[in-house]
Amino acid sequence: MNSDNDALGFEAYKKPRVKPRVGLFVTCLVDAMRPSIGFASIKLLEDAGCQVEVPSLQTCCGQPAFNSGADDYARAIVSQVIDAFEAFDYVVVPSGSCAGMLKVHAAELFVDDPQRMAGYAVFSQKTFEIMSFLRDVIGYQPEGVRYDGVVAYHDACAGLRELDIHDQPRALLDGVEGLSRVPLEGDNVCCGFGGTFCVKYPDISNEIVEDKARCIARSGADTLLAGDLGCLMNMAGKLSREGQSVKVFHTIEVLAGMANGPGICQSAGDMRSEEASALPTDAAGSSTKARS
Amino acid sequence: MRQTSDKFKANVTAALQRPNLRVALNRTTTLLQTRRAGVIADFPEYEEVRDAGQRIKDHTLENLDHYLVEFEKNAIASGAKVHWASTPKEATDTILEICKAHDAKSVTRVKSMLGEEIGIGEALAANGIERVETDLAEHIIQLAGDPPSHIVMPAMHKTHEDVAELFRRKHAEPPESDDVGELVESARRELRPKYVSADIGISGANFIVADTGSVVTVTNEGNAELTTAPPRVHIVNVGIEKLVPTTEHCSVFIRLLARAALGTEITQYTTFHNGPKRLGDLDGPEEMHIVLVDNRRTEMLADFLRPMLRCIRCGACMNHCPVYGAIGGHAYGGVYPGPMGSVLTPAMTSLKQAGDLPNACTLNGRCKEVCPVNIPLPDLMRRLREKQWRENLTPRSFRFGLGVWAFAVRRPWLYRLGSRVGVGVMRLLAGRRGRLSILPGAGGWTRHRNLPAPEGATFMQQYKRVKRGARGNGEA
Repeated sequence: MNSDNDALGFEAYKKPRVKPRVGLFVTCLVDAMRPSIGFASIKLLEDAGCQVEVPSLQTCCGQPAFNSGADDYARAIVSQVIDAFEAFDYVVVPSGSCAGMLKVHAAELFVDDPQRMAGYAVFSQKTFEIMSFLRDVIGYQPEGVRYDGVVAYHDACAGLRELDIHDQPRALLDGVEGLSRVPLEGDNVCCGFGGTFCVKYPDISNEIVEDKARCIARSGADTLLAGDLGCLMNMAGKLSREGQSVKVFHTIEVLAGMANGPGICQSAGDMRSEEASALPTDAAGSSTKARS
Repeated sequence: MRQTSDKFKANVTAALQRPNLRVALNRTTTLLQTRRAGVIADFPEYEEVRDAGQRIKDHTLENLDHYLVEFEKNAIASGAKVHWASTPKEATDTILEICKAHDAKSVTRVKSMLGEEIGIGEALAANGIERVETDLAEHIIQLAGDPPSHIVMPAMHKTHEDVAELFRRKHAEPPESDDVGELVESARRELRPKYVSADIGISGANFIVADTGSVVTVTNEGNAELTTAPPRVHIVNVGIEKLVPTTEHCSVFIRLLARAALGTEITQYTTFHNGPKRLGDLDGPEEMHIVLVDNRRTEMLADFLRPMLRCIRCGACMNHCPVYGAIGGHAYGGVYPGPMGSVLTPAMTSLKQAGDLPNACTLNGRCKEVCPVNIPLPDLMRRLREKQWRENLTPRSFRFGLGVWAFAVRRPWLYRLGSRVGVGVMRLLAGRRGRLSILPGAGGWTRHRNLPAPEGATFMQQYKRVKRGARGNGEA
């Protein structure tokens, strides 16, 4: 990514072991709404000893089509993802629901086509949600990362129930200095996002996220973390509308030591108590500046 | 029962305006969730029993024709009469015929969802036959004139304060306080005399056992025994999927049912009803009739909804469903609410009529997780959405929107362009605030929450810039 890192392959030269080639599937929400999650993912994966690339032919995982029953669209989109990531050892996704779509659900789209199913099976096996990848595949544990905050962790449903992501983020977070975790009542209960659900049935979604916001407030945490941007936007949007000051980040941002800017739904102006004005808003800008 | 699934959205609005509803639902579902978690934690072989339950059901469904005939043979041998009904109307007609043959003026009834499915209450009322509901919660909703809002706890939508107020208005000797014990006593005073004077008792069945011809009821209040023993005639209405091959197989489900439904190891009463009173028996009905009801179950058996026929009606899915917890059972507008209802109602009515139900779900998967027979409820709901898409039942505006989106998603250059424009517009509207409190076309989101403003340029734009920069640095 930059000169003191691996762009020229110095790391590979120093370490004879071949680095796993990881393709990052950024997800459409991270691409549009919060690129810093993408850059935090790259940083963490590189710190964990991977060679990371972001293939440019990716867009979406196809979940909105799949969950709407539009299987033909979903099949075409997933096939596009499979092709875009063919050259990589691993496909890593900073979202449980997109990873669940690609790794688990998409199988249903190829049941009638054994040849494509075989290709899909290879893809499925090398696809991981990022926290699961860091812990279960690489065995990574953060070192020298600091976040001063009291954290409540919400288990986003798709990651929890489709990919068994529960212990990994907690173990990773426990390696962050200055961070303390508090229990969150109903941490395994849906936040009411549900993709298109939240705009198709906004009032039901609101009832559910109101409950979630109450639990978050009761937890006493000053920071809410989870591993799925859709859920995070939903919860942050509610907390922000209610005027609660809880900061909301993707777990990866904290683990990468990049949670020093405004949280989701916050602006630099919201961070009066901190040195907000000094922070650039462009995540890539800040990360390159900080490290070059 | 009147179907209002087609008015789901209006039902939801009405439900959310009832202040007591959330309180009532929260109290009971929270208690049931806690108790279930406790009792499952104390059941080390739970996963094995659950898998066994799934396998037994799948095997029975695969051989349903065989086991149904075996059940009929053995039920007849026990002295019962067996009737077959393919539609709700055939079922109620059969039951009414039996009532008429015995000149029945009043029937007592143990709550069963199958009874709701065939509309037994309405059918009896239309024929001037008094119906006394013997289950406490069913008694409450009968007094209130409500349909059940939960398959195990039909009065879940009422707080005990609501019930006290109702009993004070309707009972001959009303309760003196809101105390639950007092309420139960009041219902007992009201109901007991009616148990013994009824002409016919109608029950459902939790299980029917093929190799013995037994009908199994599982209750806590003892009302199944008081409904089925004193009257001259016992009528059982039961869905054909309730079948298990043997008593031993039945025990697997008895171990699962109370734990999943109530968070208890077992209920107070588990009764195997085997035919009518025999010579020398002290009590029991003189006649026993079993009405086996299809009501489109064989259609489900033949297609992708077959796993739904494993359902043992425990209600765990709805107790753990955030949507059910927000809106309660009535809003679903069908006999069965919650996740299992969102699959069953479209299958038993039509996907057109109940089109909202499989969509009003976040696919969070908790229902599947707690289901004691591993029914993949979210997957079935998604399959129903797929069927809607295929049959052109998805709203046209949504179809169009998704089509445009899918077109762009499959053309990365176009998609990049679109997201750059979208991100730019949102950033412009958000200004320096970091969020949007209103966004044209996104009212569903911004009505209740703020929308974060995009952080900056899209990831792909920034990444390109960074890569170019890195290359530049490297060459220098």
